[in-house]
Parts: sequence; C-alpha cells; structure tokens
Amino acid sequence: MHTYDIVDALLGGVLIGAAAGLLMAGLGRIAGISGITGGLLSAAAGDRAWRVAFVLGLVAGPWLRVLAGGPSGIDPPLAGLPWMALAGALVGIGTRLANGCTSGHGVCGLARLSPRSLAATLVFIACGMATVAVLRHVAGWPS
Amino acid sequence: MKKLAMAFLAGALFGLGLSIGGMTRPTVVLGFLDVAGHWQPQLAFLMAAAVPTAALTYRLAWRRQRPWCEATFRQPAARRIDAQLLAGAALFGIGWGIAGYCPGPALAALVVGGPALWVWLATMLAGWWLTDRLLGR
Repeated sequence: MHTYDIVDALLGGVLIGAAAGLLMAGLGRIAGISGITGGLLSAAAGDRAWRVAFVLGLVAGPWLRVLAGGPSGIDPPLAGLPWMALAGALVGIGTRLANGCTSGHGVCGLARLSPRSLAATLVFIACGMATVAVLRHVAGWPS
Repeated sequence: MKKLAMAFLAGALFGLGLSIGGMTRPTVVLGFLDVAGHWQPQLAFLMAAAVPTAALTYRLAWRRQRPWCEATFRQPAARRIDAQLLAGAALFGIGWGIAGYCPGPALAALVVGGPALWVWLATMLAGWWLTDRLLGR
C-alpha cells in the first residue's frame, strides 16, 4: 500500500459515486450492477436497452484509461475455473436473494442511508472476510 | 437516444472508477478481505470516497421534480431486514471471497480477463435465473 494506491482508491471511489449520481439524475435509477445485469434476463423489452448501454459502458470504462495512455488496471483471475464457476453461482443466487451487491447496497444503498443496505453490506463484507480467512489461512490457498 | 447515451456514460464512468480504484484486481479485493493476513485497506478508501460522492450527487439529483430522461425516480421499495436479505448477502459474500469478483468488476474486466470470467458471468446469470424461478418471480 503506497500513497498513490490511496490516491487511486479515492479517485476511483469519486468516479463510482459520480456515476451512480449521473444514473439517478438522468434515468432515476439505482446503479446496482447485479440488478441491471440480471434484469437483462427478466426485464420487459422496453426496459432493456438502457441496461445494455450501461453494461457496454462498464466494459468500455477501463479502456478510457488505456486510450489516455494508462494501464487497463485489469489483472487476470487468481482462482481456477471450477472455483470461478462456484463463485459466480453464489454471487448470482446471493445478489438475487439480497436484491443487490457491492454497488447497489454498498454504494447506492449506503448513500440513501438505507438500514437494509447497511445490514446487507456488513454481512457480505464479514462473510467475504471469513471466506478468505478460511481459504488462505486454514485451507492454505496460495492466492 | 439521450437516455441510452447517459446510461452508457454512467457505465463508462463506473467502469473507469473500478479500474482506477483497483477493484478489477483480485489481489486488491482479496487483500482487503484478508483481515487475518496481510490486510490491504485500498478498498476501504474507495468506499469512503464513493459513498459520500453518491450521497451528495443523489441529493442534488433529487432537488429536481424528475430525472432528465424519465418521468420518476425509482427507489427500492423493500424496507425489511429479513432472513432472505441476510442469507443472500451471506452467500454473495462467500462467492465474493472465493474469487474476488462482484458483478461490476467482473463485467469491467470481462474482455481481457480470460475465459474464467466468462464462466463466472455465465454461472452468475444462471444462479440469478434459478433463484428467480425458485422464488416464483
């Protein structure tokens, strides 16, 4: 952890918060990524195009950095394929049950001062920390 | 058209922020979750900047009668802190801790992250779809 890591983290956070604000000001929507993406499967036809546009923007985002001569900031996954499959399934089921993920509850929900989102955020961070503790320090995962 | 452009721009800003903030690097995310080891606080700084920025811009947005491109602001209606919320958050947290990906960073990293991320996305959407069926939504 260096000073530039803190500056990057703060700058990244401001951009994420501003993006959430822009989606609220423009479309009146919460920037919950699991909800926007999951809605691609189930939303009514007229409610789909903006979701596709948002996801395309999300994919394009890191490339704005590359176009400006910077790094993409994207590292390859650490976990192997079967673990990635399991992790994805748990995230899909969990965010559907909880109606949100890090963005919807952790950023947008906390910004709206929602007690529900605060509870969800505390639980998923605690469970993420417990999982990493078990995998790294009990099971001895190298990553 | 204006609505789609604005959704794209919001997505791009979001993805750029994830990339600059380190969320598209599993080492950073898992390092933040690794409180029992060599803890890396970078993600805490990201949240500490993102939440107040969203809170401020939300309140500026809500001063208007309606959003620029829609008739109404949409807010989640759910209020209750129930077992479904807590169980869902727990499962999501476990999945997050296994691979270091939540939905935003996984999508932002999709194109260069390799086939494992496409597998992650496929099972994420399958899990979402299956839960919808089970809940009868």
